[in-house]
Formats: sequence, C-alpha cells, structure tokens
Amino acid sequence: MLSAILTALLVVAAIGILLAVVLVLASHFLKVEEDETVLKVRECLPGANCGACGYAGCDSYAEAVASGKAEPNLCIPGGADVAAQLGEVLGVEVSATEEKVAFVFCNGDCKAVDYLDVVYDGIEGCKASKLVYGGPSACKFGCIGCGDCASVCPVNAICVHDSLAHINPDLCIACGKCAKICPNKVIDIIPKKSKVVVMCNNPEKGAVARKHCKNVCFGCKKCERNCPTNAIKVENNLARIDYTKCSGCRECFDSCVTKCIKAVDFYEGTIG
Amino acid sequence: MDFKGLVIILMGSVLVNNYVLSRFLGICPFLGVSKKLNQAVGMGVSVIFVMLMATAVTWPIQTFILEKFGLEYTQTIVFILVIAALVQFVEIVLKKFIPALHKSLGVYLPLITTNCAVLGVTINNITDGYNFVESMVSSLGCGLGFMLAMVIFSGVRSRIDESNIPNSFRGLPVTLIAASFVSLAFFGFAGIIENLFA
Repeated sequence: MLSAILTALLVVAAIGILLAVVLVLASHFLKVEEDETVLKVRECLPGANCGACGYAGCDSYAEAVASGKAEPNLCIPGGADVAAQLGEVLGVEVSATEEKVAFVFCNGDCKAVDYLDVVYDGIEGCKASKLVYGGPSACKFGCIGCGDCASVCPVNAICVHDSLAHINPDLCIACGKCAKICPNKVIDIIPKKSKVVVMCNNPEKGAVARKHCKNVCFGCKKCERNCPTNAIKVENNLARIDYTKCSGCRECFDSCVTKCIKAVDFYEGTIG
Repeated sequence: MDFKGLVIILMGSVLVNNYVLSRFLGICPFLGVSKKLNQAVGMGVSVIFVMLMATAVTWPIQTFILEKFGLEYTQTIVFILVIAALVQFVEIVLKKFIPALHKSLGVYLPLITTNCAVLGVTINNITDGYNFVESMVSSLGCGLGFMLAMVIFSGVRSRIDESNIPNSFRGLPVTLIAASFVSLAFFGFAGIIENLFA
C-alpha cells in the first residue's frame, strides 16, 4: 500500500522535475533579446490600436518607429504629447502632428431632406439600407443616419440625431474608421483648426438637388469668386475647400446663398 | 492495421466524433475565437499542431512509464502536466528559431495549454486502445475536425452579425443556439463512415 503511494509520488514528481528543468534550461539558453527601444516606444503610445497611423496596431507602429521606418509623429490620438515623448526616447527632433477631426459633410437631417414613399424595415445599418433604392432618403449622397459610423467609433464620439450623424470634436481621435465605413463617403478627416465647412455632399445639379433636400449646395460659385486665397473650388456642382490654402477668413460663410457653408470652431465645439 | 483502418479513424474523428460538435470538448475557443475566419484558421492550425505534439509525447509516457509502474490512474494529472510544459517549450523554441510562425500561432498557443480538447484527444487515444500510428492519425483527424468546426462556425457567425436579432438573444445566446444547429447537422454523419469504406 505504502509502496504504491510512494511509486506514484516519485514517478509524478520525477516527471514534473524533469519538465521543470527542461523549461528552465530552454528559457535560459533560448532566450530572445527583445529590442528595448520598441518596448519604450510602445509604452509611450496610447494603446488604442486604432490604426490611424497606417499600421496594424500600436505594436507594429512601435516596431516601425524603433527601426526608423516610420516617422514618430504619426500617432493622431496621441497628438503632440506622444510625438514629443517619442522624440525623447529616440533622441530626435519631432515636428508636432497636426490635430485632425472627423466631420460629417451633410446637413440633411429628417427636417431638411425628403424621403421616399416607402418604409424600410430590413436589416439595421447604413450599408444594408443603402442596398434598397440607395437608402430611405431622396438624396442618395448624404448621411443615411442609421449609425454605422457610431457603431465603429472606438471612443463613442458619434451620435445620430434627427437621422444625421454628429461627431463630438472633443472626443474624436480622427482614427478615420467612420470615414472608411460610411457607404456614401460623407465623412472626411479635416484639420481641427478649420474655420469653415461645406455641409453638403450632393453632386447633382442645383435644381435637382434642391428638390431632395433644403440644405444643399447649388454650386453657384459665389464662394469661389469671393475666396481671397482661392481655396474653394466648385466641382460637380459642389463647393470643396482646400484646407491647405484656407486662411480661415470666413468670406465664403458670409457670401453663401444657401447657408450650406457653416462657420465652425472645433476647439470651441460650435457650428453655425 | 491496414491503410483502410487508418482512413476510417481519420474520417471518423473529423466528421462523426467531431470533438467540438459531437463530444462538446474545446467549446471555449470554439465560441471565443470563431468571430473571424483568419483567426479561426490560425487557431485550428495551432490546435492540430499541439494535438499531434501532445499525442506524440503522451502515448510513449502512458505505455512505457505509467503502465509499467501500474500508475494508469495518474493519467489525467500527468497528461495535464506534460501538455502544459510541452506547449510552453514549443513556444520558447518557436520564438527563438521560427519567429514568423511564432507570430502567427503565438497568440493561440497559451490558450491551448490547458484546453480540454487536447487532453481529451490524448486520453481517448489510450482508452480506444490505439497503437502509436493510429493515435497520431486520430489526433490529426481530431485537429482537422476542430478546424472544420471553427471555419464553418465563423461563416455562420458572420451571417449572424448581419441579421436583425431580438434584443434578448443578442450576443452569446444566439451564438449558442447557432452552435447547437451546427452540432445537429453533424449528427447526420453518424453511421456513414463505416458503411462508406465497407
């Protein structure tokens, strides 16, 4: 009886000790030196794995930065703080990142836009409802308002109100996930210091577009003529602002006939 | 044992005695990692790999150590010990010598360390009285069956994601219901294999 217990004890203990020795030896002799810079860089990054830098996640971006393949100022959620920290770790001068924000280029809420005489009762989501007649609203280019963007937003910065998505610029980290998923491509990433936006995405001729929605851009080109820095171009009946040229004078806002150009201040959080 | 017998063991463990869908082992990774197809394939490959390694190690231990000392009753604890250590060892070796493979399998290896499907395969091989070659074929089949179940279910889940589900069923409940349907479908294979090769 006692000997049976002893054999069991000894055999199991022997197997255990043998495996332990093998593992200890393996971890000692087969150790892989991890690059310390990668670890340090990784610690500075926010760890949201949003992919705004263009890499798969914070880990792969850290590797790219440490090996010198990527600029240290690409982390958009981290902004200037993280860029400065990375510069310190790597010992290089870093120019600050330009702060950016996502914006919905449409003002066609349920009060402004015309709807088709049908009721959509299918799968929820913009992508699915667009498959049926291009979406429930008469304008086929604006915000559908089913909140695909809100569901992918990693920081809950997007809410859908009156069938129109609104993005809170204070919370937005400009990761671009909403811009990627929007089936109408009505969301874009723009510099946070922008002072004016064209809140329309409809390239149809003015008269046609006006039938679908009250808040459209006619493409009258008044803003284009009035812009002192030639930053606005009207293409496909739609005004588009080149933010690299825009001085923020808001001449276009004052001259816009349909008031689809809005004055904004993303730092104050005002649109009007 | 002839070639036909091995084929029967292989097909039987893939389809009839599928570890996930018929024996309900390894449900945790089946529900956890089947959200995306590439993850499901990665997990499946890792499981095949670990099952083969585990069988290759545990079968000799059972035959040459445990049976010799009359210690068959310590099978469970010894197998857990050996499989856990083995997976750790393999992880260290892969990290050192084949970093690319470690990168693709690395996430899943610790998950498999204490997986009941792996333990189940090694113990069932002993209980079914298979010899070494048969055991290896059987574990290959079980691993393939696991991967098949994962891949099929990741397809089912991508369809579930797109559909409009009543609030109370969202998330895990509807996933479990779907898993039971897939499992029912696999019961159709019972009895087919033996007659197929008869």
